[in-house]
Amino acid sequence: MSSSLTVSTNLNLQAHPVDEVGIRERVARLATRSIKKASKVEGLKLALSMVDLTTLEGADTPGKVRQLCTKAIHLHSGRKDLPMVAAVCVYPTMVRIAREALQGTPIQVAAVATAFPSGMNPLAVKLEDTRYAVAEGAHEIDMVISRGDFLRGDYARVANEIEQVKEACGKAHLKVILETGELGTLDRVRLASDIAMQSGADFIKTSTGKIQPAATPEVVLVMLQAISDFYRKTGKRIGMKPAGGIANAKAALNLLIMVREVLGPAWLTPSLFRIGASKLPNDMLMQLEKERTGVYQGLDYFSND
Amino acid sequence: MSGSGENMKSGRLDVRKTYKMLIGGAFVRSESGRALDVNAPGGKWLGHVCRASRKDFRNAVVAARKAASGWANTTPYLKGQILYRAAEMLEGRATTFREVLQSIGLSPVAAKTEVTQAIDLLVYYAGWTDKYLQVFGSVNPVSSPYFNFSVTEPMGVVAYVSGEKRPLLDLVTGIAPIVAGGNTVITLSTGRAAVPAMELGEVLATSDFPHGVINLLCGVREELVGQMATHMDVNALVTQGADAKESAASREACALNLKRFFPREANGKGDEDPYRILDTVEIKTTWHPVGG
Repeated sequence: MSSSLTVSTNLNLQAHPVDEVGIRERVARLATRSIKKASKVEGLKLALSMVDLTTLEGADTPGKVRQLCTKAIHLHSGRKDLPMVAAVCVYPTMVRIAREALQGTPIQVAAVATAFPSGMNPLAVKLEDTRYAVAEGAHEIDMVISRGDFLRGDYARVANEIEQVKEACGKAHLKVILETGELGTLDRVRLASDIAMQSGADFIKTSTGKIQPAATPEVVLVMLQAISDFYRKTGKRIGMKPAGGIANAKAALNLLIMVREVLGPAWLTPSLFRIGASKLPNDMLMQLEKERTGVYQGLDYFSND
Repeated sequence: MSGSGENMKSGRLDVRKTYKMLIGGAFVRSESGRALDVNAPGGKWLGHVCRASRKDFRNAVVAARKAASGWANTTPYLKGQILYRAAEMLEGRATTFREVLQSIGLSPVAAKTEVTQAIDLLVYYAGWTDKYLQVFGSVNPVSSPYFNFSVTEPMGVVAYVSGEKRPLLDLVTGIAPIVAGGNTVITLSTGRAAVPAMELGEVLATSDFPHGVINLLCGVREELVGQMATHMDVNALVTQGADAKESAASREACALNLKRFFPREANGKGDEDPYRILDTVEIKTTWHPVGG
């Protein structure tokens, strides 16, 4: 294991200045779209199938993870027309438990690694963290970039780290968390997205969920545009995962609208778009039940995990 | 609402008031943008009030639910102080309320009586907040080694449909026991009663009730009672002045999530009654082992 720095030769850091006013305006306009009735039901089911159901607490126990996995499989009792979520996202030590609980289902197990959430550890430790999670059976790895390195301008180090983590992932998919709440400007969000995609990310992800603001619509739109540009240049489809602070069905539907508008219908699939959330599914389920029964729902009637 | 002749003469512009609903501590118009006309009994047009939509009600339930656990855990003593402060605020604005009530058709004497009784009612229930538990709770004798006791707990979110006969008092007589019991409430005022109700919002907003504990809507009864009865996140429905048909429909709809339903006559009987608090609290009994 080498922690020496091999600078990427193919890193293309062309500046893509972000028109902040334009972004805000477009976000505001997209947010006025209203999806009703049958389309809303279909949209919510699609969004549910894209959820990475997440628990990333210091207080996580095997019991809690198993409970979450049960929820991932059976979102709401009494309804057979609902999809399963796309993945369950846990800490590396919980991967084995999640794999056992999800056996026989298509639900993926994602693990956060690389000294999540701060990323403030030596590269060797981060790589070991990644290898451990993969060896435990994680299908997907959610890594964090070193924001400190990024902010002091050492982009080569950031890129190199992603490349090496990607290598450590083996067959596991790599999602790269930019932690946009710590990047400060939309220009930097764009730059970090470009670096991550060029360094081998399969997905780019907004946030850890530990920092506010997290997945704001502005940040999501900038990242989607970066993905779009990258696709046009390279023909490679990179996935997107907003995470953190997405708490209601309306926000989830707005995300789908943005993806459809910026990237087109090809991205409206769990293999290219995910939503990281823990409380969100219940709100979407309440909306689905409202459409089915005609009456507004209360959380008392939905499983609390 | 209406402009004053004095201003017309002096050339000063009227400062007219837009009556708004109180949802989650904010004074808001209906999200639907709809309004209702309010007319004096003689037919004279007085102005507009909001016409709450189903979505306004839903938003109010969200606000009330959010406030529910905080209010339930507020000490009974503080609940009493806040209710008493509402009485203080109403007392300070008694003249305004008398004028408002007269503008919608009450006689000066009736208006004065109503305001006074509303203030007294708030003081009455303020006093009960730290006393009803002793009256309704109990230690129960059981023939096994258990310490068995029953205590009250708030039901949660309560919807209240106010009557129009006593425009201010009907509203206060509904709200006071519900919040004294530790519940949060969403009220609906209709017709001319909407005017003093929205005015009361300003009293309640300055009484230290945490945002969302009391939410005041105004609108059309037929449009919203059904919503209140079916909403799965509402724990009890109290109505005043319902006809037999409405009550039957509400009772049936309330069964959806087993919410408690209390239709009350709008006859002013039982305004001051601690059993009103008991309606919207639950009794929880605990068996606690004692001895070895």
